[in-house]
Amino acid sequence: MQFIALIYDVEGSEDVDWDTLMEQYGEFSAGLTEAGSMLGGEALEPVSTATSVRVRNGKTEIIDGPFAETKEQLGGFYLMECKDLDEAIKWAAKIPTARYGTVEIRPVMVFDGGQ
Amino acid sequence: MVGNKPESMVKDLDLAQLFRAESGRILAILVSECRDIQLAEDALQDACIQATQQWPTAPPRNQVAWLLKASRRRMIDRVRAASRHRNLNALHIDSIEPAENEPECEQEIPDERLKLIFTCCHPSLNQNAQVALTLKTVCGLSTLEIARAYLSSETAMQQRLVRAKNKICSAGIAYKVPEGEDLAARLEPVLTTIYLIFNESYSAYSGQSLTREDLGDEAIRLARILYELLPEPEVGGLLALMLLHQSRHSSRSSEHDKFVPLQYQDRATWDQEKISLGRRILLGCLSQNRAGKYQLQAAISALHAEAANWDETDWQQIQLLYAELYKHMPSPIVKLNGILAMAHQGKVAKAMEYLKPIATELDNYQPFYAAKADLHAKLGQNEEAKQCYKRAISMSNNNIEQTFLESRLKEIS
Repeated sequence: MQFIALIYDVEGSEDVDWDTLMEQYGEFSAGLTEAGSMLGGEALEPVSTATSVRVRNGKTEIIDGPFAETKEQLGGFYLMECKDLDEAIKWAAKIPTARYGTVEIRPVMVFDGGQ
Repeated sequence: MVGNKPESMVKDLDLAQLFRAESGRILAILVSECRDIQLAEDALQDACIQATQQWPTAPPRNQVAWLLKASRRRMIDRVRAASRHRNLNALHIDSIEPAENEPECEQEIPDERLKLIFTCCHPSLNQNAQVALTLKTVCGLSTLEIARAYLSSETAMQQRLVRAKNKICSAGIAYKVPEGEDLAARLEPVLTTIYLIFNESYSAYSGQSLTREDLGDEAIRLARILYELLPEPEVGGLLALMLLHQSRHSSRSSEHDKFVPLQYQDRATWDQEKISLGRRILLGCLSQNRAGKYQLQAAISALHAEAANWDETDWQQIQLLYAELYKHMPSPIVKLNGILAMAHQGKVAKAMEYLKPIATELDNYQPFYAAKADLHAKLGQNEEAKQCYKRAISMSNNNIEQTFLESRLKEIS
């Protein structure tokens, strides 16, 4: 089944310098790919670049900032193919940010091919 | 349900007993086939209703095999009925079609309860959900019984169970026994859940003590099942610990249902059968040299059980066991108990020194002040002792304990 790993942290709370962190992410991504579990993944620009959009009564409202004003912000994600939650938890625990932030994993909803 | 005739009432009672004894095993098999606890529960309930109607006139050769077969049929009926309304891609009817050769004797029915236990105690479910779900599925308690035992409403308990079952279905929680190095990590929450159920039977006596005592028995039953299926030393350690604790059950509470501390219990009332069973299991586990926190706590409990009285307890050995336990459970309370075991060997001044570093952490822990007061009194520091006794009395919510501490306070005044 497919799982998304949503990577949250307090921006600037990294426990190693940026280059080391990127190197660690490179290793993680390589491992995930090698295991055949990598379906995709990206890092996001800081939350200062976030724009939130909603449509109310047909009118588009644009808000400067993230959807939720929390301390920990979404910083990136992976889409992974795993056999079960336990496998997804194992991968999530290897994501470097799990050491100082939080990784939320959720199964991707499966829709039946439209009969 | 037909319940008017005495005969069928007896049947109902038999079935209720059978259900409590066997539903866990049947459910575990059904869930392994359909991967849906709710569906399996509903199907088993349908089968039980069918049994009350059919068994009085056509008793089955093997009740468990009959219930299993009937539940499987009902499971398929329910899936078919549901799939007429919507698509159920997660359910594969084929996989739950009954095999041609249904097992006829009980020995051939596999025991899948270990999978069920590990699934119900998956760490991605919150602790309360793990407890409720384990009692519901593995022990076969009703939602109402669980709600009563946990002083909750049936509706709230129902919601908790439904939420947990939904999460198991949709979050990708595997129905399996963890293997290799994962087993130890995943066993931990299972043992925690069982011990929580056990401890609940001792907490808060509020007119519910009967129901709560049953929880103690359920926890021991769970540990027995687990130990039979997974003879790991820590599983046996937990079972032994609970048996040893329960051996003192009748002396732990006075006629007013109040807690009596170990020191003042009537040792003649301890259940020697449980003690020897607990000791036997524990010795078997300890011989494997893989001690853990449950085996160590059970060993401490066993030393208390062996002692003729409080003063003749092997405090030196207990102190060593607490030191070992601290490596597995680095809590200031464990440290305190180790220090007290040292004081009971006469090393009072040294024990007092050791109390200092943990004083801040245990500032809200009543037994800390009662213990510290005793040590001050033994050292002839009466003023300090008085202050500590007063503090301990004000923090206690137990009459027997308060009376005892007040008598100690008078002695030194």
